[in-house]
Amino acid sequence: MSAIIEVHDLVKNYGGFCAVNHISFSVPAGRIFGFLGPNGAGKTTTIKMLTTVLDPTSGKLLVNGFDPTHQEKQVRRSFGIVFQDPSLDEELTAYENMDLHGVLYGVPRGERRKRTDDLLAFVGLADRKNDYVKQYSGGMKRRLEVARALLHVPQILFLDEPTLGLDPQTRNHIWSYIQRLSREQNVTVFFTTHYMEEADRVADDVAVIDHGKIVAQGSPGELKERTKSATLEDAFITLTGHAIREEEANAVDRMRMMGRAWRGSGRR
Amino acid sequence: MKAIYILCLRQLKRYFRSPARIIGSLGQPILFLVALGFGLKAMFARAGQGNYINFLSPGIVSMAILFNAVFSGIEIIWDRQFGFLKETLVAPVSRLEIVLGRMLGGAIVAFVQGLIVFAICFLAGFRIVRSPYLPLAIFFMFMISLLFAGIGTVFGSVLQDMQGFPLIINFIIMPIFFFSGAIFTANGLPKALQLLLRLNPLSYGVDGLRGACSNVFAFGLATDLGVSLVLTAALLAIGSYFFSKIQL
Repeated sequence: MSAIIEVHDLVKNYGGFCAVNHISFSVPAGRIFGFLGPNGAGKTTTIKMLTTVLDPTSGKLLVNGFDPTHQEKQVRRSFGIVFQDPSLDEELTAYENMDLHGVLYGVPRGERRKRTDDLLAFVGLADRKNDYVKQYSGGMKRRLEVARALLHVPQILFLDEPTLGLDPQTRNHIWSYIQRLSREQNVTVFFTTHYMEEADRVADDVAVIDHGKIVAQGSPGELKERTKSATLEDAFITLTGHAIREEEANAVDRMRMMGRAWRGSGRR
Repeated sequence: MKAIYILCLRQLKRYFRSPARIIGSLGQPILFLVALGFGLKAMFARAGQGNYINFLSPGIVSMAILFNAVFSGIEIIWDRQFGFLKETLVAPVSRLEIVLGRMLGGAIVAFVQGLIVFAICFLAGFRIVRSPYLPLAIFFMFMISLLFAGIGTVFGSVLQDMQGFPLIINFIIMPIFFFSGAIFTANGLPKALQLLLRLNPLSYGVDGLRGACSNVFAFGLATDLGVSLVLTAALLAIGSYFFSKIQL
């Protein structure tokens, strides 16, 4: 099996702070790869660099054979993504969000409509498809984002905490779909999560990152064996320690809070 | 091309679905029109300058366009905040297409807002002179819209959050409005302010629009046309450049 994602000696510094510190790993095509780590470990930063929206300080990246810093368009054509933070246009309807995505990804009109309807039905939003996203609950927005990422069938699917805030039913439903997609269409899945039993169940391979460095790699079984743990959660804690991490709020987070307060008093 | 269209359409949908925004952004130009227009009308006439409402109205229309166009660019910050910007930045379309769609959408919104204010000026007594240049009024309005959508895009791309917003409004946008010839002419101004007026990109749009409506161009039609076209093209290019450098 050849690697579809290759990361070699990747570094990202923000000023004096090293968010990603000389990491290397590769993901074979068609596998489900779990990228695990405590808050602030460097997971999202790594995904940002793989998905062309952040330039690395140094190191080598290959996504589907292309370099994200110089061959952005080929890389962007290769993947779909569910971001950790919200990424919907709340002033548009669910259907319009899907349609806009389909146009940006060059999905032909007929196929776009059909897949939009199918996927909205799949995530249980068919009867709410003409409602504005701002009227959706958190879980509904998350389901819509998952449906949107699946609208075009990408070779690689990046899922940054895709099941955050979803109930067990929906989590299972979505994961079984993604596993089937991986099996039947050979889609490579790169995901992060804080639910260790979820990672244990679906991931073929995992890598554990902490303080910007990869501390362990292998199948969930291998990690449990190596740390002599019964569950992946125990293995994870053995590998990364008990200390609770502090995450620096960035400007965007602070502003999002401001926006929430402002909109909360203004509109409703 | 399709990406430009769908992102432009998005801006228009967001605008037309928000009556509060449409009406809200009419407040400022109407206030200036009524307060200055009627407040200074008698003085302007006594000074032998003619009908102040006729002089002021193109300036007020330009003001409405200026603010709306800059704001459309600054919306990039909101999109960054609410996350939608990411969705467009990872799509397999060039950043040029994304930013052109955004700027075009923002410019059309500002232009429509300008048309509404134009109509309101008529209600306040604004009258245009029958002239062959009249169709150019539309042209100049659209040039101002595009030009300032480009400038707004530069701000929206560079600023990380809304903290810098008042800075831009009070130290850049308000001065651009006041020293553009929108509310008074360059005649009799101190030399430094005359120079400022000459260097202000809005001055040529205001003069072009006023000239198209009154047949009197302070800078000359050719200058207004040439400067507007060159500046608009330049600002669209600069806006695109800054947008293409955005990192998340």
